[in-house]
Amino acid sequence: MSGVQSRVSPSPWVTSRATLVASWLRTRAVLREWTLPPTLKFSGLGRFGEVLGAQCLAPRETLIVMSHLKQQKVKMLEVQFVGDDDVLNHILDKEEEYLKNGCVASGGNKVYSFQTRKKPEKMAELAYEIAKTSGKSVPLICKNTEKMASTPQSSKKQSTSEKDQLKSDEKNEFLSTPYRLRKRLTAVSTFPSDTESEYSDSNSEDDKGIKQEEEKISEVLMDQKRLTKHSSLSSSSCKKVSAKKMKKDTTTDLVEEYFEAHSSSKVLTSDRTLQKLKRTKLDQQTLHNLLSKFSPPFSAELKQLNEQYERLFHKWMLQLHLGFNIVLYGLGSKKELLEKFRASMLQDSVHVVINGFFPGITVKSILNSITEEILEHMGTFRSVLDQLDWIINRFKDDSSLELFLLIHNLDSQMLRGDKSQQILGQLSSLPKIYLIASIDHINAPLMWDHSKQSLYNWLWYETTTYRPYTEETSYENSLLVQQCGTLALSSLIHVFRSLTPNARGIFRLLIKYQLENEENPSYIGLSFQDFYQQCREAFLVNSDLTLRAQLTEFRDHKLLRTKKGTDGVEYLLIPIDTGTLSDFLEKEDKEA
Amino acid sequence: MATSSVSKGCFVFKPDFKRKKISFPIADYFNEGESLSEDSKLRFDTCQLLWQQMKSEAEELQEELNKNLFDKLIEFLEKSHLEFRKKSTNWNYQIKSREIPTAALVLGVNVTDHDLTFKGLTAMLRDTITPYVVSLQAKECPDVKHLLQKLASQVMGCHIDMESTEEEEEECVQLSQKKMHYSMAFLSTWYRNVTQKKGSESVNKKITSSSQWKKSPPIVIILKDIESFSTKVLQDFIIISSQYLHQLPIVLVLGIATSPIIIHRLLPHAVSFLCIELLQSLSCKEHLAKLLDKLLLTTRFPFKLNEKALQVLINIFLYHDFSVQNFIKGLQLAILEHFYSQPLSILCCDLPEVKRRIHSLSEDQCESIRRLPSFMRYVEKQTPEKQVASLTNERFLKGRMERKSLSLHIYHENFFIVLKCLHAFTSSLPKYPLGRQIRELYCACLEKNIWESQEYEPALQLLRMLAKDELMAILHKCVEVFRSSPGKQLGSTAEKLKEFLAQFQSLEESNEEENGSGSQQKGLQKTDLYHLQKSLLEMKELRSSNKKQTKFEVQRDKVVDMIDNLVRKYLFPPDTQTLYEVVYFTGAHTLREHLNAAPRIALHTALNNPYHYLKNQALKSEDDSIPNVAPDICIAYKLHLECSRLINVVDWSEAFATVVTAAEETDPNSTASEEIKEIIHARFIRAVSELELLGFIKPTKQKTDHVARLTWGGC
Repeated sequence: MSGVQSRVSPSPWVTSRATLVASWLRTRAVLREWTLPPTLKFSGLGRFGEVLGAQCLAPRETLIVMSHLKQQKVKMLEVQFVGDDDVLNHILDKEEEYLKNGCVASGGNKVYSFQTRKKPEKMAELAYEIAKTSGKSVPLICKNTEKMASTPQSSKKQSTSEKDQLKSDEKNEFLSTPYRLRKRLTAVSTFPSDTESEYSDSNSEDDKGIKQEEEKISEVLMDQKRLTKHSSLSSSSCKKVSAKKMKKDTTTDLVEEYFEAHSSSKVLTSDRTLQKLKRTKLDQQTLHNLLSKFSPPFSAELKQLNEQYERLFHKWMLQLHLGFNIVLYGLGSKKELLEKFRASMLQDSVHVVINGFFPGITVKSILNSITEEILEHMGTFRSVLDQLDWIINRFKDDSSLELFLLIHNLDSQMLRGDKSQQILGQLSSLPKIYLIASIDHINAPLMWDHSKQSLYNWLWYETTTYRPYTEETSYENSLLVQQCGTLALSSLIHVFRSLTPNARGIFRLLIKYQLENEENPSYIGLSFQDFYQQCREAFLVNSDLTLRAQLTEFRDHKLLRTKKGTDGVEYLLIPIDTGTLSDFLEKEDKEA
Repeated sequence: MATSSVSKGCFVFKPDFKRKKISFPIADYFNEGESLSEDSKLRFDTCQLLWQQMKSEAEELQEELNKNLFDKLIEFLEKSHLEFRKKSTNWNYQIKSREIPTAALVLGVNVTDHDLTFKGLTAMLRDTITPYVVSLQAKECPDVKHLLQKLASQVMGCHIDMESTEEEEEECVQLSQKKMHYSMAFLSTWYRNVTQKKGSESVNKKITSSSQWKKSPPIVIILKDIESFSTKVLQDFIIISSQYLHQLPIVLVLGIATSPIIIHRLLPHAVSFLCIELLQSLSCKEHLAKLLDKLLLTTRFPFKLNEKALQVLINIFLYHDFSVQNFIKGLQLAILEHFYSQPLSILCCDLPEVKRRIHSLSEDQCESIRRLPSFMRYVEKQTPEKQVASLTNERFLKGRMERKSLSLHIYHENFFIVLKCLHAFTSSLPKYPLGRQIRELYCACLEKNIWESQEYEPALQLLRMLAKDELMAILHKCVEVFRSSPGKQLGSTAEKLKEFLAQFQSLEESNEEENGSGSQQKGLQKTDLYHLQKSLLEMKELRSSNKKQTKFEVQRDKVVDMIDNLVRKYLFPPDTQTLYEVVYFTGAHTLREHLNAAPRIALHTALNNPYHYLKNQALKSEDDSIPNVAPDICIAYKLHLECSRLINVVDWSEAFATVVTAAEETDPNSTASEEIKEIIHARFIRAVSELELLGFIKPTKQKTDHVARLTWGGC
């Protein structure tokens, strides 16, 4: 008993709000499954309604979103199974729609033009909203969707929502209303220019809508009881909706949202870049300085939290001695906590602190520090496994040996490999090696399969400290932190000073050439022959061979990279960014 | 800080002076670092002792369970290579010798437990059959070369171990030099040398089996995890070794976690070189049942788990790893936690010891006993004079406690017997209304009065319909339970059970006679369709009208009534007992927290609802919202949840700045000073890099100044 309804949506489909909502009602099943195309601006919130609810769009915007929806529909032929009655109703409605819409169609077209508008202002607006209600809490995400009960259209929309969602309606209506009022107020005062202009040129029809709405809102504010009535009304209309279908929809919602968001390769976000913002990348040092000026809030609570963890130290020691190993998880840097643990409990025992977040850390270096510094073994090993075997045997033979391992960030980039974890696990399974480690990454537990877990023999402790990951992130090439290259610069100077004058000249030549070609995007380096020519002219070398000998020196210090071009010619390039290089030249010139 | 550097990731600390370690007793840590009182030391010792006992019991059980498997394996080993030992040259043998005798051990999915099994196996084989036992793991053998190298070094290594230091020194050196080019040929010549030498010397008294073994012990190669070996390596290795089979008596032992089919899947071609014998180990569930029976369903160990704690451990077992070792680990943690957190756990020991300790209880401890909820309940039931006495008079209290701890002990004795009997009855019922495994029944009994549960009545109904032979089997089982239990409390019940059994037996005999005569009668009658229908009708009427029970049915009802009475009398949940806090561990959540943690959820909670951790009123909020004064990272996280796959950093940072400025009560309309803006930007950068560290976002090159979200949904 079901008809197949195929819909190639006609052009005058999306026009006035009233008809839109009507058709929206009918296509609710589609819409519910239909998740917002990820191309929809900044906020790729899951359900369509969420956008409406969360961001309290003006009705015109709603239209935009919807028109967008429909446009998408044009592209894909929608085939769905609906009841016979529905089909009949739909056909009737369709006819009506055509009749009604004929005149308003032009208005709809205008709406299309807004579609290209980018999202950033939306986010700013949202943030603005949060900000305005300072002190009070405001939902950043309204999970309960489709809750614009105060507007006529959304009250209908509500009927599509499930009954259980209705419970929270009242609250939400609250939340959305003050914003609208506020908006009306702030429209007079200084509103951030961008958004202001956005709203000013709305078309007449929508303005009317807004006014209507605002009237309604003020009423709502006056009389809350009406609201509840309102919602009960809508809930009665909700009965028509086949509850079963809805339920099914919501369960699959999340899954489908996921695939929707990941299927299309295009993601619509704003094109704004940091360059336009004039806020350049900060380097590590300035970042540090700036942050030191800011004192984090809630220090009393944080302290309390930490004291709570510090009380566990004795228990940890006990459990470590009884053959368990301890892993700490939770938000916030655990370095300080472990450092305190070390200072208070481990002063009289041999221990190794390992900074997993250190970019150069390897299992080999950990094992080396154990064999060389603790077991005082001078020999070398053929492989890491050999070394491990040797350590294991040493610990088995000598029962007086004891060792504490403190690993910060066991889940770091360098240690998370399967082999590293296996080796560390085997180390920690020794009865006299006690391991206490911290993890931060959300997927860290995936590193360990059953056998590794049994090697580690973990006891999990949650230590949420809320401390900033200052040190842990300082090594990372964070996207916003400019790699200032102070380290590179100092090492460059160091190497440079130890060179002969001729070699210095050669290198300087190369730097200058590279700086001159800074702007050239296709610059791949200075060809060896040209370079030789230049050096010869500057009386720096007298033969091909001497130049090559000099270059070897640079290459050894990683100051030079050679690349074969497509024509087989060798090109020389200094793998240091231009900023550092010009800094370097400046400094050298000053000294000279 | 001493442990941060830009050039180094490992920092070694040694105590300054090499004082000969004033070996800190572990017990020091037991009492929160405060000076060690006699009491807590005693408590710790009790804890350790108890744990050691339970552990050795568990190990014994493991050995016992393995023994069966190992015996079969040894039998198999002895059968294999018979011909080789006899040095027979007949044709049949020549053909057959291409097949490597292989034992496939199906050990189950609980990989973590396998190690222990293999360890036991290796030790046992070394002791009884052959010194040449090699165990290989897939990760040691990425290719055939490595495999052979490992194999040879282990075979020769163990040989050297045995002959140690006699005259093999130079050989040792030789060996290490040759390490790089091991081959099967090399191994076989080595083997010939060794066995010939041995044959003349006839050393090694350890190996006691048949004389042939002494001459040419087989080389047993254990492949611990066959599933993770690569096909090519295995295939090559098997083909090579089958070529050498007439020189080297190789036996393979394959450890299988999944199913035996895996051999065929892994080795489609080389399988013809194997002569496989399948050996199945005990399933881990049965292992667990046995373990529970030995450790918890007994009065031998005073320590018990309450329903929730036990459920947590069982759930971890069933839903996460099937690992008995992990279960034991959980038990260890439970014991430790119990003794650590419950000061009265000092009384959690053997009965005679408890009496002694009760007498030496201090005043404080008496006070804390009085404060035990179960004890308070007990006192309330007493007469007023006794109430006063037990609250004020220490000696009186101690006397009471002595009595109560004894009654607790007796309660347990009866409880377990009745529990096992009930389990014998209900475990075979259709659909298992009270659970199939004893652990399910036990949990139910721990939780509440079992006879009040919904499933109890239907179970009894079903019991009343049991056939005689089933019932008798069950009764036999029950008698067995009574016999094996040490307690003498339910002696009369045991007698009664035996009586029932005897009656059923006699019934059987008499029944047989009756049946015999009945059938004869019927055999003579001739029936047509009409009569048949008629007789059927008559029979139906007879059945419905004449509800007269047979003798057997009467007896059966009696049995069921008896078990019902027993259950109602003895299967109270333990929390009704006085002093149950002393022996029952109740911290289910601690177990879950430490054994089965959910770091991701913790992270999400911390980010989503900071009030959960920082109890500041300013942070309090309703659902799904966050106050704008929350820590930076929380705000950044919340904002990032709004986005789909890609996030524009500029927008994000502006949104962040707006929220944060508002929180700082500055007027957003007035242009904030450049410095404050800078600081906010810096805070944003930090929050973003922290989110990156936590794995919520990553930089992407898809679009300039964008980052990609790595999570989906609200979490």
